Amino acid sequence: MAVDTPSQSVVKAAGDSVARGRSRGTGKRRSVRKRSLATHWYAWAMIAPVTIVIAVIIGYPLVRGIYLSLTDANERNVARSIGVNEIPATYEFVGLDNYADALTGGQFLSTLGWTLLWTVSCVSVTFALGLTLANVLNRKIAGRSFYRLLLILPWAVPGFVSVFAWRFLYNQDNGLLNKILAGGGIDAVPWLNDPTWAKFSVILVNVWLGVPFMMVALLGGLQSIPGELYEAAEMDGANAWQRFRHITMPGLSSVSTTVVLLSTIWTFNMFPVIFLLTRGGPGEATQILVTQAYKFSFEVSPRDFAQSSTWGVLILVLLMLFAAVYRRVLRKQGEVW
Amino acid sequence: MTTTTPTPQAVVNTPIRGRRSPLASVALHVTLIVASVIAVFPVLWVLLTSLKPAKYAITTDFFKETTLENYTNLLKDTPFLTWFGNSLLVAGLTTVIGVFISATTGYAVSRFRFPGKRGLMWTLLITQMFPVAVLIVPIYNIMASMGLLNQPVGLVITYLTIAVPFCAWMMKGFFDTIPREIDESGYVDGLTPFGTFWRLILPLAKPGIAVTAFYSFITAWGEVAYASAFMVGDENLTLAGGLQKFVNQYGAQWGPMAAASVLIAIPAALVFLFAQRHLVTGMSAGAVKG
Repeated sequence: MAVDTPSQSVVKAAGDSVARGRSRGTGKRRSVRKRSLATHWYAWAMIAPVTIVIAVIIGYPLVRGIYLSLTDANERNVARSIGVNEIPATYEFVGLDNYADALTGGQFLSTLGWTLLWTVSCVSVTFALGLTLANVLNRKIAGRSFYRLLLILPWAVPGFVSVFAWRFLYNQDNGLLNKILAGGGIDAVPWLNDPTWAKFSVILVNVWLGVPFMMVALLGGLQSIPGELYEAAEMDGANAWQRFRHITMPGLSSVSTTVVLLSTIWTFNMFPVIFLLTRGGPGEATQILVTQAYKFSFEVSPRDFAQSSTWGVLILVLLMLFAAVYRRVLRKQGEVW
Repeated sequence: MTTTTPTPQAVVNTPIRGRRSPLASVALHVTLIVASVIAVFPVLWVLLTSLKPAKYAITTDFFKETTLENYTNLLKDTPFLTWFGNSLLVAGLTTVIGVFISATTGYAVSRFRFPGKRGLMWTLLITQMFPVAVLIVPIYNIMASMGLLNQPVGLVITYLTIAVPFCAWMMKGFFDTIPREIDESGYVDGLTPFGTFWRLILPLAKPGIAVTAFYSFITAWGEVAYASAFMVGDENLTLAGGLQKFVNQYGAQWGPMAAASVLIAIPAALVFLFAQRHLVTGMSAGAVKG
């Protein structure tokens, strides 16, 4: 700190002179308006980098993606170079055909159905477990921080590593889970090879991955509820359930709405779990919208860019609708968010 | 539930403890132990597997001829170190650039009212729910036409689409926790908004910035979809792509894969455990007050 002082004062002085110079130049009459303009100028200058970056690397691709979804672009007709030959793009504008196909065909709707089931079950189970563990951890109990550390571990390990760990456990012939079952005289379970079991398995892994975040977020919420409220409720003879229902739940509502929104969006788009665990298989049983869209553009031949973009846009629309409805419902209930 | 009044001290600190029976304590501990075992076990199992010789990799024995040969093979015979370097480069660049670009925006959104603020907030929120699927094709095509596929630079630019909105959002949350009086004292002393930001707020926000940086690092470190699609060829892969090689290409090589998993997870987990306590604060603060 002491070392910084000279340079600090120099810059500060420079800042002073800038400020003084401007205020001298503006005159007094319109100083209020000028000042607000100046403030906005600062704010705009500060947000400029992000605005430009978002416009260039998100806005432009997004517009292009939407455009692609209105064409019949695929691997064979986009601009590409083979050796020294540049082949120009020959795909054509087809209007809303892709959307019509997606929404009337069975594949999108059935994938959407499983994606919704996947999202709802993952989020609700994760939330229930996270809430339970947060409540347990919020009590004074020996070794609390040690338990907390262990319980957070699934969040701390990079997702793709954990998914491989689970794949190892799930392995039908040699995986630990089936060996344990065999020890109990139970037949091997086709964890990832049977459509129904695979669905169960991917949900299990995602819950395992998601509980720590829920737990930590809800624990933070619990700790911000003043102890006096519980004390007062106990004085008034409220039992444990009543305290939970009328103090804990309302006290957690703002944290819960946020984490449920976040985790719904994350789960809906949870690419790595499905992709690395089952690649959407067996068949297309565990394919969620995001992985299916990825498959269209990178795993089938010819790569179908148009359909992939169409699905991507539909996913985005669905999520935005969900967020808007969610917000509106909360507002009706008088939530602040 | 007994009706004896707990001592006031006990009520203030621990509303429930004063009346918990030993049986309830046991139940709590059992719950926590079971949950902890489930949480830790898959990771622990990988660690144990990585220490077994190849012939025992798929056995269920916990310890059998503990050896480090998986690690030595991994480092000698596979491009693991190259992948590790690629991941480090990509995640590091993403983090530095992302934090650098978004810091001022977080501050502006936290402090000022200005035309366009609402729109910006919504953009930041909505871009965070962008599915990979909607951007991956156009970005892939753009990168292909610019010759940036298979280049770390291309992946860094792509990751910025995730990191920039996220960092701006998180940092708004952290800046919100710094009292406005500090800004005001800066103005009184004649600092411009930039000066206030740079000299007063930024130093105070260092922990928050560190956490934001850690988290965007970990996100880039663990990203799978873009990395799998954009990077091909052994020498260009990042870890997420490289690890898939162990399962797909050569059959399942569980030993080296377990060793690689351990080496990938340890730095990430250490960084994470250090940063996580502040992480949730920033995320929910930014979201709730948004």
